[in-house]
Amino acid sequence: MELTLWTYEGPPHVGAIRVAASMRDVHLMLHSPQGDTYADLLFTMIERDGKRPPVTYTTFQARDLGSSTAEMVLHSLREAAERFKPQVLMVADSCTAELIQDQPGALALGANLPVPVISLEMAAYTRKENWGAAETFYQLVRGLLSRQAPPPGSERPSRAADVRPSVNLLGPTKLGFRCRDDVVEIERLLTSMGVDVNVVAPLGASPRDLQLIPKADANVNLCPEVSDLTCSWLARTFGMPTITTIPMGWGATRDFITEVASVLGLDIDVDAVGESRLPWYSRSIDSTYLTGKRVFVFADGSHAVAAARVARDEMGFEVVGLGTYSRERARDVRAAAKEYGLEALITDNYLEVEARVQELQPEMVLGTQMERHIAKRLGIPCAVISTPAHVQDYPARYSPQMGFEGANVLFDTWVHPLIMGLEEHLLHMFRDDFEFNDSVGPSHLGSEGEGARSTGQSAGGQPDGDKTLVWAFDAEKELKKIPFFVRGKARRNTERFAEEQGLSTIEVDTLYDAKAHFSN
Amino acid sequence: MSSVIASSVEEHHPGPQTQERGQRAVFCGLTSIIWLHRRIQDAFFLVVGSRTCAHLIQSAAGVMIFAEPRFATAILSERDLAGMADCHEELDRVVGELISRRGGINRLFLVGSCPSEVIKLDLETAAAKLQVKHENRVRISAFSGSGIETTFTQGEDQCLKSTVAELPSLASGEQNLIVLGTVSDIVEDQFRRLFDDLGIGNVSFYPGRKAGDLPAVGEGTRVIAAQPFVGETARALIDRGADLISAPFPLGAEGSKSWFEAVASVYDVPQERVQQILELPYQRAKRALAPHRAKLEGKRVHFLPDSQLEIPMARFLSEECGLEVSEIGTPFHDQLVMQGELARLAKDVSIVEGQDLDPALARVRESRPDLTVCGMGIANALESEGLRTKWSIELVFSPVQGFDQAGDLAALFAKPLVRQDILEVGSWS
Repeated sequence: MELTLWTYEGPPHVGAIRVAASMRDVHLMLHSPQGDTYADLLFTMIERDGKRPPVTYTTFQARDLGSSTAEMVLHSLREAAERFKPQVLMVADSCTAELIQDQPGALALGANLPVPVISLEMAAYTRKENWGAAETFYQLVRGLLSRQAPPPGSERPSRAADVRPSVNLLGPTKLGFRCRDDVVEIERLLTSMGVDVNVVAPLGASPRDLQLIPKADANVNLCPEVSDLTCSWLARTFGMPTITTIPMGWGATRDFITEVASVLGLDIDVDAVGESRLPWYSRSIDSTYLTGKRVFVFADGSHAVAAARVARDEMGFEVVGLGTYSRERARDVRAAAKEYGLEALITDNYLEVEARVQELQPEMVLGTQMERHIAKRLGIPCAVISTPAHVQDYPARYSPQMGFEGANVLFDTWVHPLIMGLEEHLLHMFRDDFEFNDSVGPSHLGSEGEGARSTGQSAGGQPDGDKTLVWAFDAEKELKKIPFFVRGKARRNTERFAEEQGLSTIEVDTLYDAKAHFSN
Repeated sequence: MSSVIASSVEEHHPGPQTQERGQRAVFCGLTSIIWLHRRIQDAFFLVVGSRTCAHLIQSAAGVMIFAEPRFATAILSERDLAGMADCHEELDRVVGELISRRGGINRLFLVGSCPSEVIKLDLETAAAKLQVKHENRVRISAFSGSGIETTFTQGEDQCLKSTVAELPSLASGEQNLIVLGTVSDIVEDQFRRLFDDLGIGNVSFYPGRKAGDLPAVGEGTRVIAAQPFVGETARALIDRGADLISAPFPLGAEGSKSWFEAVASVYDVPQERVQQILELPYQRAKRALAPHRAKLEGKRVHFLPDSQLEIPMARFLSEECGLEVSEIGTPFHDQLVMQGELARLAKDVSIVEGQDLDPALARVRESRPDLTVCGMGIANALESEGLRTKWSIELVFSPVQGFDQAGDLAALFAKPLVRQDILEVGSWS
């Protein structure tokens, strides 16, 4: 039993619904108690979908247990097949149905339905949403393609000279982070390389589209949380190579182009494919203030790793924490964290993440909807970079995270919550002006500046573990002359310094000694 | 011992009433925790369930409202499902953890879920054992909010019913009034002022703001429902000697007036005084309603089943806002608390209890009402087909009861129609 306040991922069957809702002409029959239909609103409210996901729920109640739940399964299957006429009917249990063991998959296979059935095992008590999406996508692709598989060991025929190179984009789903726009951006990028996109799946694909997957030369594993399993099966079974670079950020997009070119045997000049404004914006002197900003990154595995690289190499931030809620991606994130000299935080416990943010006092948080709440509470600027996300992270505008336009979007989105460079400079210049209002937040953020201000004053309110440390009146006054947005850090550093020095009172000199001590 | 104080109105809806069985697009009772934990400020709700339960509550709440809310889920894992003894030890550990974390909690509800009920985890016994361990620190009890036992608002009924046995006995010869069902603090304050003016004392709101606010109950207790989803609790109170006052629910000017009149008449408050006291708020409510009525009059409304508020809301909309009601879908129709409403509905209104989602949606599409009141999972789907909707969970979350909320309540229904007139983008047809 695990005590959970907020959960990063839903149960695995929500992953199955995500795959179904992303596709055309499939239907999911979910054996589930009354109430599990709440999942519909994730799609209609968060993603603003104009239709219910293609799911029929049995919605059994106590009175049905022991007698008629299996009949409800058969009834729902027949109704769904009749009403929606899908190309494929998927069948799964939600957590409660798993316990009553009606085996809806077996029932469906024996029911003589006028539609092919794919049975899913969702392992509700050990697995979570992303795993459920990955498993569903894999079972669907395998179920539809295994009959086409060439005999094991056969050589994959090379592409004929007159055929344009093509790839599949695998992994994007509904309720994924900016999947809609990333698909457009990466298709655009590939087109400019002379590479066709054969199939995009699950997003927008029908089962018939899935059957065309082997026609492409390679698979782009665009959202490994969902497509890893499928890509490796396609590699094993059809000898299709997998392109693994996630094209997020300027450098990774160039690496992606290089990898695609190398896998497809194309001769491509990376500089000719496209360009982003990120490199120049980051070199522009206005961005100097971004240097060494301490950033905490927490997300799903692929977004966490990609964001850390952009943060350090392309924004000039210092990555002070890196982690993921996704245990399936823990290995990748641990390896990445090592490169930054960090120990990765692998947890799906929201409170542990909050404690780490509190301890690290970063100047910015790049996270999920959960970290947005943590950061808001602690008064730290934050940008959302990954699921779980809320309705405001499904914007009306074109806002990809991947490709060259994605790099532009990342620069803007991450800089926006911070105090702008020139503004920071002016605040320094005018901090002694009697008209200077210390409580002014970032001018473009309205009330959100409220949070930034309160950090400044409360961040180090109580020195850790030693409540006897006292600020002398003059020192406290001096501290107030430091602009509010760095005051919390100054207070914390000074207190840490004083503790290390064994001091009990902080004088003005202690403040400046500490400043000198930490100024490297 | 009596049960229901006779109502002067006809007791049953004479119109068409059918039952439907099939796919139900409704929340489970766990969803009630969202407003119960806001109402009872020192209570904590620990769901014993699956990741689905945790995900449901945070999704239905829409956003994460608090950094650390007063509800949580003890998520069962494969290991817990292997052996029952283990489950109780695990619960013991989780509750210990929780109690040491949360100082201000005086009441802990263990809330049963679909998986905990299917594996027959006895939370009542668990609560009793835990109570011994945490005596003098926190009161612990259990109720079911599972989807197999409860639909959406029935979670509140189960929660309240589970505490009825704890209510102290009302001394003989004494009288009190229990207002049953969660209302917001502001509504409670308004109602208290009116009860004071009417000279009706010893009024308790149940649930109250604190878990320890438990009203006494006995032969001198009168109960009036402020919400329609309290039928089982009402029966439990009747079993302890209370009389249930039959009235329409306090929605709108007329509903609120009849509600207060019903109480006043039981207390023998002179007619003239009642009229004098209610006149001002009643007229104010009518004034607040008028502009919205102009917008709503003559329109057709269709209710899909959700919160059990459908019948009272349909009565309010037809009687006070001039709408025609094309169908009232309700998840569960409890005649006991609905008597005061039914007689005021048009005789030919069709009431459908239960649900079969796809045929129900087909009826909406066929009749194309001006407004469909439905759950959040369905609203955008209908909007995209050109139908205006009001998502119904707001009717449970917002303060809508009483004279001074009558205008707000009408505005909730009028807003989608006003929006339709304002917007010059896209097509609504």
